[in-house]
Amino acid sequence: MRPILLQGHERSLTQIKFNKEGDLLFSCSKDHVINVWFSHNGERLGTYDGHNGTVWTIDVDSQSRFLMSGSADNTLRLWSVQSGKCLYKWEFPTAVKSVAFNETDDQVVCITEQRMGFQGAIRVFNISRDGDGTRQASEPAHIFNPIGSKATVCAFSCVPNRVVTGHMSGKVAIFDYKTGEEVDNNERAHGDEVTDLQMSPDRTYFITSSKDKAARLHQTKDLKVLKTYTTETPLNSAALAFGKPYILLGGGQEAMSVTTTSLRQGKFETRFWHKIFEEEVGRVKGHFGPVNTIAVSPTGTCYASGGEDGFVRVHHFDETYFKAKPYGDLEVLD
Amino acid sequence: MAIPNGTTSDAIDDTIDYSDLEAKFKVVADESFDNIVVLDGVPIIDNSRREKLLTKISKEFAKRGSTISVKNIIVPWDDATGESKGYLFMEFKTPQDAEYATNAMNDIPFDSKHTFRLNRFLDVEKYAEMDPTYVEPEIEAYKPGEHLRAWLADPQGRDQYVTYRGDEVTVGWHGKPSQCEVAHTRINWTNLYVSWSPQGTYLATLHRQGVCLWAGTSWEMRQRFAHPLVKLIDFSPNDNYLITWSHDPVVVPEGSQQGPNYFSLDDQGNNVAIWDIKTGHLLRTFLIESDDKKQLQWPALKWSADEKYVARVTPGQQISVYELPSMGLQAKKSLKIEGVVDFEWCPHGDKDKDEAEKAAKSGKPGKVKENMLAYWTPEVVNQPARVTVISFPSRSVLRQKNLFHVSDCKLHWQNQGDFLCVKVDRHTKTKKSIFCNLEIFQVRDKDFPVEVVEHKDTVLDFSWEPKGERFAIVSSNDPNVGNPGPGITVKTDISFYQLERSKGDFKLLRTLTSRTSNTIRWSPRGRHVVLATVGSSTKSELEFWDLDFNTEEGKKEGTGDSSGIQHLGTADHYGVTDVEWDPSGRYLATSASAWRHTLENGYAIWDFKGQELQKHILDRFKQFLWRPRPRTLLTKDQQRQIRRTLREYSRVFNEEDAAEETNISAELIAHRKRLVDEWNTWRVQCEEEIVDRRKGKKGERRGEEAKEEIEVWIDEVIEQIEEEISE
Repeated sequence: MRPILLQGHERSLTQIKFNKEGDLLFSCSKDHVINVWFSHNGERLGTYDGHNGTVWTIDVDSQSRFLMSGSADNTLRLWSVQSGKCLYKWEFPTAVKSVAFNETDDQVVCITEQRMGFQGAIRVFNISRDGDGTRQASEPAHIFNPIGSKATVCAFSCVPNRVVTGHMSGKVAIFDYKTGEEVDNNERAHGDEVTDLQMSPDRTYFITSSKDKAARLHQTKDLKVLKTYTTETPLNSAALAFGKPYILLGGGQEAMSVTTTSLRQGKFETRFWHKIFEEEVGRVKGHFGPVNTIAVSPTGTCYASGGEDGFVRVHHFDETYFKAKPYGDLEVLD
Repeated sequence: MAIPNGTTSDAIDDTIDYSDLEAKFKVVADESFDNIVVLDGVPIIDNSRREKLLTKISKEFAKRGSTISVKNIIVPWDDATGESKGYLFMEFKTPQDAEYATNAMNDIPFDSKHTFRLNRFLDVEKYAEMDPTYVEPEIEAYKPGEHLRAWLADPQGRDQYVTYRGDEVTVGWHGKPSQCEVAHTRINWTNLYVSWSPQGTYLATLHRQGVCLWAGTSWEMRQRFAHPLVKLIDFSPNDNYLITWSHDPVVVPEGSQQGPNYFSLDDQGNNVAIWDIKTGHLLRTFLIESDDKKQLQWPALKWSADEKYVARVTPGQQISVYELPSMGLQAKKSLKIEGVVDFEWCPHGDKDKDEAEKAAKSGKPGKVKENMLAYWTPEVVNQPARVTVISFPSRSVLRQKNLFHVSDCKLHWQNQGDFLCVKVDRHTKTKKSIFCNLEIFQVRDKDFPVEVVEHKDTVLDFSWEPKGERFAIVSSNDPNVGNPGPGITVKTDISFYQLERSKGDFKLLRTLTSRTSNTIRWSPRGRHVVLATVGSSTKSELEFWDLDFNTEEGKKEGTGDSSGIQHLGTADHYGVTDVEWDPSGRYLATSASAWRHTLENGYAIWDFKGQELQKHILDRFKQFLWRPRPRTLLTKDQQRQIRRTLREYSRVFNEEDAAEETNISAELIAHRKRLVDEWNTWRVQCEEEIVDRRKGKKGERRGEEAKEEIEVWIDEVIEQIEEEISE
């Protein structure tokens, strides 16, 4: 695997996302900039300028037309992927920590932080895809304030009207966004903050990573834990490999304690685990800070990791990755 | 007594049944006659001398510290003869006074013809009323206990180890990957740390109240030693005695338990205790003072290899040797050696032990070899420093060597007692730089020839090959030696030396330069050696070396050829603090203990080639110890026989391994297949659900009809219920 090093950010990465075809890679960082890259050669296609604070989160729709971004400047923005123009801007009292499109691209869900006396809120907006996209409803279609531990990550469920959230306490929950009611929860899904939540393509299961050093695979329907992957380091991100029964985990020593530990001790590698057998199959090193975010191309041919060190590393899988059958002839459905 | 999981050590006392002791020592209070003593052996007198006699007796008692006034003495009188009866009763104030008088005055002569005999009044009654028929005590049926060395009879020949993590102590088996399993685990088994006895018989745990020893397959408590706040322990070489040390001197509070197993008032203020393990008896206590500046030297008392003696040094003055089991000073005097700094007993080799056993069997004690000990004294004004080897108990000097410009000496015996190496740190005349001499005494040869190996750098560590004629040293010329700082890793050189039989001197085999290793760990069987970098925050390398790589029987040939030294592998265990070979010399355990730092605590097990077999990163991990094995019971011939038929054995073992491997892999494959099947069925189910939902969605697109229909249907149900009520 020949990694491509993307050196377009000046500060640590917060999230990276591939588009549906896997040819574009979007990355956002604490340096207020959103970049878009060609994933096959690492060339930068352009930037989305305008945010005036750390961009915590991005998501791109399945047609690669709209890009959503949430930032610490308390705005949620809608961009045109093609032109790089900001199409619409929503303002909130606090920062936006997580944003996600639904399956049909006509809704987005976002989490705003609980801070300075303002309650944390989960909002669902209807996105109008008519015209140039600049005419959007300024008010959310649904808004509710989850009680208890702060929500950190969210995504639409496969069940209509439901969103899945991960929380500061390690809780994973399902909310009905129409009523704001907590439909189901798993209080002990994790022992510490849930740092990432990524859905399977059909949204019937999802993977979460946590500071409690474990990643878990959950069934979306009832939040049953299907698999657990326990590592020896706090995890910042977990992704599902497509076409192969693997999962990718990234993390490392807390950023604040990195300077006091050696590189090898920080465990800044991306770990590959077998999705079904719950055992580690390999590691890819390269970052010299914790891995903050991992994304796998929906085509399954490459993955990218973004680190606290400010770099994005894009890895295209080798021929052998597809040919090798380390566990024999077992066919695993995606 | 097995302690159920979850109980704290404080609860140990609660679980012990004291009823037998209580019954035994039960005090029956009888106030009425408790303070009365019968005094016999009094002269027979007539009435006229009565006053005089009683005053005399009272005085005699007062002399020995017992007060009795004349008016409390009752003299029985024989009216027929007008004389006393030769005994009298004394009433003391308290039963304690009475007891004291009985002890103090019994058998004391009063005059040339008379001797006092005292008895408690109650005793007289008790013995008079005793049942004269002899009742045979019931002999308890013998219950065979667990074999203390049962672990050696493991059919798979595995070794045991103990780990201590958090509050949990676990004893585990280590063998082939499939045979590793937990033998026993307990929460809160110890409060401080755990320790094996040198022969592996007992596992010692330390608690606030003292030390507990555990053994057998079910880990029952075998012995307890009540030494409050014990911190350090040391076993004797053959598991018969135990020495304990506590920072706080012994205090015996009033009303504390008394007996041979407990401290008595005489032991107050001492801090070191010696115990007999089999009986649990306290043999003796000492006060060993340590300066606050200097660390306490531990073990403070050193055992001779045959456990006959234990000795301690009073720096600058003397070595005191105590005999066991009486713990009396041998020959009633210490070895007065002015200026003595340190000493070491000579260990007994396999040969010595065989001879001793033979002598013990034949019953001829005369031929047993004497113990040897070596000590050194530093330079004083007109006298050179001196290393002396003496035999014991004859105390005759066997060899002495004078040394000059000595700043420090370390005594290293080879484990078979063949060689003694004195590592002498010497300074140049200007006292600016330090270099090192190794003075090697060949103890088995006549007159103890001494071979000197000079080394121009500082030697940090020295280690003999067990059962071998080689040694390894770590040396360094790094200026940072001696002032360790954070992030400083001292560069070192490792050198191997070997005895050349023909010349009788030691030859340098090979030097490995520019390393960071600071620790040498020889395999207990010799030949293999691991060089480790311990205690560094940046380096943590483990190097595995084989010193007889080319020649199968290289050790016997003793060619001194350096070509046999082969690097087998390099490994890395981040933050390693402890390195230990298992008793068989096949595996190496390394651990990173939370006592030293909190980074990546845990342990790893490697084979002798440096291949990682297991690695466990466990936070709050504290201790890993292999269980030692006692000396083999096989005779030399039997061992030779086994070596000869090794091929035969290995064939069988290989077959077993192969069979097991196929077994395991079949199991594993089946297990994986099951997991995949489970997953696939679940996925298929999910897909079906999605298809169903899609169908529902299509309906939705046509309008909200579907939903409305459902509502209508609910209305109908309610109506039906109403109809039923109306009926």
